[in-house]
Amino acid sequence: MSMWSVDTLVPLPVLVPLFGAGLTLALHRHVRAQRTISVAAIAVALAASVALLVAADEGPVVVDIGDWAVPVGVDLVADRLAALMLTVSGVVMLCVLLYSMAQGVADSPGRDDDPDADEESEADVIPVAIYHPTYLVLAAGVADAFLAGDLFNLYVGFEILLAASYVLLTVGGTGERIRAGSVYVVVALLSSILFLTAVGFAYAATGTVNIAQLAERMPDVDPAVRLGIQLLLLLAFGIKAAIFPLSAWLPDSYPTAPAPVTAVFAGLLTKVGVYAILRTQTLLFPGHERVEQVLMVLAVLTMVVGILGAVAQDDVKRLLSFTLVSHIGYMVFGIALASEAGTAAAIFYVVHHITVQTTLFLVVGLVERRGGSTSLDRLGGLAKVAPGLAVLFFVPAMNLAGIPPLSGFLGKVGLLESGVADGSLLAWVAVVGSVVTSLLTLYALVKAWNKAFWQAPPEAIVEGTTGQAVLPRGMVGPTAAMVAVGLALTVVAGPLYAYSERAAATSMDGRTYVESVFPGGGERGTGSSNEVVGEEHP
Amino acid sequence: MIVLDTVPSGALVLAVGVLFAAGVYLLLERSLTRVLLGFVLVGNGANLAILVAGGRAGASPIVGNAPEDERMSDPLAQAMILTSIVITLALVAFVLAMAYRSWQLNGHDEVQDDVEDRRIARLAARNAPSYDDADAGEPGVSLDEEAAEIHDEVAQVTTVRAPEAPDDGRDPAPGMGRDRSQGGRDGRDGRDGGRA
Repeated sequence: MSMWSVDTLVPLPVLVPLFGAGLTLALHRHVRAQRTISVAAIAVALAASVALLVAADEGPVVVDIGDWAVPVGVDLVADRLAALMLTVSGVVMLCVLLYSMAQGVADSPGRDDDPDADEESEADVIPVAIYHPTYLVLAAGVADAFLAGDLFNLYVGFEILLAASYVLLTVGGTGERIRAGSVYVVVALLSSILFLTAVGFAYAATGTVNIAQLAERMPDVDPAVRLGIQLLLLLAFGIKAAIFPLSAWLPDSYPTAPAPVTAVFAGLLTKVGVYAILRTQTLLFPGHERVEQVLMVLAVLTMVVGILGAVAQDDVKRLLSFTLVSHIGYMVFGIALASEAGTAAAIFYVVHHITVQTTLFLVVGLVERRGGSTSLDRLGGLAKVAPGLAVLFFVPAMNLAGIPPLSGFLGKVGLLESGVADGSLLAWVAVVGSVVTSLLTLYALVKAWNKAFWQAPPEAIVEGTTGQAVLPRGMVGPTAAMVAVGLALTVVAGPLYAYSERAAATSMDGRTYVESVFPGGGERGTGSSNEVVGEEHP
Repeated sequence: MIVLDTVPSGALVLAVGVLFAAGVYLLLERSLTRVLLGFVLVGNGANLAILVAGGRAGASPIVGNAPEDERMSDPLAQAMILTSIVITLALVAFVLAMAYRSWQLNGHDEVQDDVEDRRIARLAARNAPSYDDADAGEPGVSLDEEAAEIHDEVAQVTTVRAPEAPDDGRDPAPGMGRDRSQGGRDGRDGRDGGRA
């Protein structure tokens, strides 16, 4: 391994942000240095991810951390799926970071607006000293979860990102955030424990927690035990991904956080859960029809129940949180099809949804600033006073609803096509459910757009506008960039969809993954601890 | 595929079961402190489960340290448990801080109803305009304040340092304090149903 081989890049998306987190914590008195370090760390991680995206197309890139032999040591695997997720999350994290920094600058305390807005702005001032380190830890955790080639390391990745998310969600410690945070934290703790228990069971059943080795050994495990482990993992990941009926925590907790935090949570955290489901279902438990049927039913319920919740909301943040839950259903639908086409569509949809959902939450942050509220009853007429903002909201909203030719439409068409190709009754139900959900999404978002931007504002607002007349350029810039990324996904949809198809092919066919971790059939590495495991569990 | 030598770990398996049962019971409580204790118990249960998964105990897992004829214990399980203990420690510290902050703000550390629940409660209350809220459970929380809270207008909600925290200590049965404070609303809902 030469010093500059592509392997060197694999740990960077985890290590650089973690290192940056330590550095920013040490430099908590120097705000400018903190900002520079944070942006640099995320940018380096993103650059490494892009390089991996190219490299992984040739075949998965595997690294043993600290040169410890694979089944015992921890390996990081960057295959197409992981590299794609890393890249998208890197783009999102960078844009949100820039946005939040601009917000931090703009939110200098001491604004004298009406008491309500004052309360809002006070709560939105993020203590910079802890914000940057926590944000970087979150980035490291997300990257670690994507790269983990080891079930326990996946657990650790989850814990890193969750611990960071606890801090970010309750930042400032206001009453409302503590209320929302306590629900969020307790639910997340429960899912973590379930995950840890599942890891223990998998280890007991197979004697390994390495995903590649698990993929080799799982078929030999007693079917009942295997089903138990599969369902326990699904339960744990289902809570994280907010699949109905495990989704009730999400719309309540996300909207209370500051706008950039909500944006990055909505974009990334649930998708890490979806990624974990995709990874474990395709590699470890392929072809279990019953579970796939259950997943399909849950997918339809997630879509429909989620979007009905969104229709009933009169607050844009809560509305978007419900659409977030609803659209998780699309990805689960793709996974539940358990076909290459379905998985490919799900992967494409994940990429699209991370971008669009984050963008929408960022725009809502701007709306809150401009209109002084996120409640649809207290907003109005924004299209006249802020036409640019109206466009920024409209484009991703139409993208989410799936209006052609945007990427949301392409993702949904992919899912519908593979659903029809599947042809089973449940798949047809899911197809109908997807279309209905898509229409209801359009309804909910158009309603929100009409109320906030189009219709005449309520009189109370005309008299005393609570918002700021000028939006900080530093916040508008990253939001516009995210909208542009969403549009770019449409432009490059051809190559991107082809990449998703190749990623789906590798993750559906476990051999590529296993062989890249254990070239030549499992004799990789010669650590002596390797033999102990072999003895313990022949 | 793998047959564990279960005899020595039978007690451990039993302990895992007891820890999980007690932990889940506590997790279902409403007070954050109890939830935290539940999390600690379940976490320890999960760690013990991993230890059992590592198989029978043996010599210390250092190559060359154990006699030839003796088996080593599984170091991987121990390494994983150590990691998860550290994680649990950090999370416990965080939840403690959060519970304390909740007590500072509200005078109790109970997990509160989410917005949707309160909204439904408000609708129920609205359907009964003749309802006299003088005997609504929590002292000092009127319907207006509740509605303000539901609109997420935190500023207008007076923080009530309810004399509930000391009450909790004297409670004969766990969870009773919560039941009492919830009683008002539940009773009101019940009456609504009757009237409808």
